[in-house]
Amino acid sequence: MALTFTIDGVEVRGEPGQTIMNAADRAGIYIPRLCAHERLEPHGSCRVCVVLVDGRPQPACIQPIAEGAVVENHTPELTSLRRQIVEMLFIEGNHYCMFCERSGSCELQAVAYRLGMMNPRYPFFYPARPVDATHPEVVLDHNRCILCARCVRGSQQLDHKHVYGFARRGLEKHITVSSRNGLGGTDTARDDQAVALCPVGALMRKRVGYAVPIGRRPFDQQPIGSEIEARRDQASKQGEPV
Amino acid sequence: MMDVLHDVHREVGHVSSDALDIIARELSITRVEVESAVSFYSFFAQAPRGRFVIRLCSDIIDRMYGVERVAQAFQQELGIDFGQTTADGLFTLAWTPFLGMADQAPAALINEKVVVNLSTDSAREIVKVLRETSDLAQLKFPLGSGNNRHPLVRSMVKRNLRQSGPVLFGESMEPGQALQQALAMSPVEVIDVVKVARLRGRGGAGFPTGMKWEFTRAAEGPRKYVIANADEGEPGTFKDRVLLTELPDLMFEGMTIAGYAVGSANGIVYLRGEYTYLLPFLEHGLAERRRQGLLGKNILGHGFDFDIRIQLGAGAYICGEETALLSSCEGLRGDPKNRPPFPAQKGYLGLPTVVNNVETHCCVARILQKGGPWFSKFGTPGSTGTKLFSVAGDCDGPGVYELPLGTKLSELLSLAGASGVKAVQVGGASGQMVAPRDFGRALAFDDLATGGSIMAFGPERDLLEIVQAFVDFFRDESCGYCTPCRVGNRLMQLGLEKIQQGRGGLDDLAYLRELGTTMKMMSRCGLGQTAPNPVLSTLQNFQSEYEGRLNPAQQRFAATFDLDKALVGAESIAQHKSLYFSSR
Repeated sequence: MALTFTIDGVEVRGEPGQTIMNAADRAGIYIPRLCAHERLEPHGSCRVCVVLVDGRPQPACIQPIAEGAVVENHTPELTSLRRQIVEMLFIEGNHYCMFCERSGSCELQAVAYRLGMMNPRYPFFYPARPVDATHPEVVLDHNRCILCARCVRGSQQLDHKHVYGFARRGLEKHITVSSRNGLGGTDTARDDQAVALCPVGALMRKRVGYAVPIGRRPFDQQPIGSEIEARRDQASKQGEPV
Repeated sequence: MMDVLHDVHREVGHVSSDALDIIARELSITRVEVESAVSFYSFFAQAPRGRFVIRLCSDIIDRMYGVERVAQAFQQELGIDFGQTTADGLFTLAWTPFLGMADQAPAALINEKVVVNLSTDSAREIVKVLRETSDLAQLKFPLGSGNNRHPLVRSMVKRNLRQSGPVLFGESMEPGQALQQALAMSPVEVIDVVKVARLRGRGGAGFPTGMKWEFTRAAEGPRKYVIANADEGEPGTFKDRVLLTELPDLMFEGMTIAGYAVGSANGIVYLRGEYTYLLPFLEHGLAERRRQGLLGKNILGHGFDFDIRIQLGAGAYICGEETALLSSCEGLRGDPKNRPPFPAQKGYLGLPTVVNNVETHCCVARILQKGGPWFSKFGTPGSTGTKLFSVAGDCDGPGVYELPLGTKLSELLSLAGASGVKAVQVGGASGQMVAPRDFGRALAFDDLATGGSIMAFGPERDLLEIVQAFVDFFRDESCGYCTPCRVGNRLMQLGLEKIQQGRGGLDDLAYLRELGTTMKMMSRCGLGQTAPNPVLSTLQNFQSEYEGRLNPAQQRFAATFDLDKALVGAESIAQHKSLYFSSR
């Protein structure tokens, strides 16, 4: 039994049990996100996907759809709030796009572009964070980690391993691994889903380098979210309701 | 997990890297899961600590009462700095944010022992005795009042019950009296009694208790849980400390009634680690009730089973948030949970759970004893009953006051001998700073809401310093799960420091307002949503305190630029002060 609600005035249909993000994705409406991934249970940490539901802020990745709900997504106020969140992530870590191998395919960078981030207004923290290169195939660069827990969830839910977890709290919170000898002591493998799902350049396969030339990288072609929005054009071409 | 970690700390003093692997193996879980829990809580350690861990309270009230001088005395006597351990392995010195002793500050924990009204002399005496005897029991202090004198407590903590009211501290109640009334009705009728009383949660949020119980009763699950939130971490709140010491039986009775009403056989008291000194006394109280047939199987012959266990916390303010509390009970990091689902449907271990404050459970017992209409006679229609207020700071009578809800703040201040103060923080660090023009407002859920914390600040106090203390507190206590709170609290801290140091401009006030609004809208739980309150409420009610610190010259530079700091390196190399900026 379908539920109907609106996103920015557009009618959207969904099934009970779906989240706002699930339904929006299917309908070809892009809600920006960083920690959410369709193959993983929602985490709710980045707060980039926050929408207004009947006037109240809720994370779209967690909030279930409800009949008749009025959801606001693409508004100047929400864009501004989301931009501030992304700026907070940039100044919290050490995100040097100019030499990062993930530049051009990085979701943090791509969302920042899409939200119109210019010069961050916040002071940079310049934290001292380590790089764990102990594993022969995978490197973990804490400088770039945004604590999205995709690796934590991916390792458990998809790889059926338990390589990653979180230690400490607050600003000292960081990824820890299941061996006292660093990533090299764990059963991490090159083709782990946990590694593939990292949205930024924190978890990377070694010896890949700058594999794709500038101009031909994923987000050089089109802004992040375009593949979701493409579904809407498709649906309306086929005369289907959104 | 928490119990295992507490045991390991009691025996060994810390959890080493080897121990992480051993515990993981014994519990059939992974090393990261153990490390995740150990590293989250302030009272746990992964490196060796001294035999005696001295935790000095860094709360603003303790600072007002001279804790910094006491800190220096400890540092001198021990020869170490905060965060360090003496070479002989006897002492570790640390700060802790709030002990629940604001009415008898300065206070400290020495392992589980609470010491209050510290002075530089008593600090030196403590070190001397422990060096000589290595035995905490050799520390001699006068016993406190009330049950602080009980053989299982034997604490110097004073009761400081300044005003009793008709509901909680009025006449006493025979154990089982309210329970008998409850068991003579159906569970639904019990919930009705609580609804007629219009009882609202006493922890600060004020959610209608009857409604919460109804949701939990209606939820499906093989088992249900009733939890008492005894985490009392909100700075300035110490009323549950007094309830747990003087009326724990009332709380146990209220929990049992809740169990009957919602269909639960399992109760948990989540007791903050700072109140470990009350643990033997509380366990004894539970044993007594079991002996009297008020806990356990077939209570009072009504075929109703219910028992309670006590879960100790380990130093994390966030664990006062109900879903973080649940995470902690489950042996995890104290991260709040995603909602929905809500605890009534999926709480502890995914089972229907009702979490109520200690004081709420005590009110329930009284309501079943004397009736819903009796309770609703006190207070106001929207905020029925009495409330415990814990008053501290610049006042003649710090302590606990039981007053009807709806009482004006000015009346409470008058009772506590705090009438001439210039500001009152109502609701703890997450509350609001109230100015004298608003002292006529009512202490009620729909006006000046508070879980009990009332902190009074006299005319000579620096309000920005007080606000900075609250901001520092949230920066340290943020669980770190979500971006706006984890990063935002640090940005708030830096922004306020800038103004305090005289480097702020008018733009910085607007910046703090916007940052606070972003945190309130985007944060995942109550901590991030209320952390901006001290700044936002003082910007609103005490704007002149900020304006008096603004520096128009600072407008020349970018918002985040600190000229002095930027010149330090160059001046050190050049071996002289900057010539160009010589007039700064």
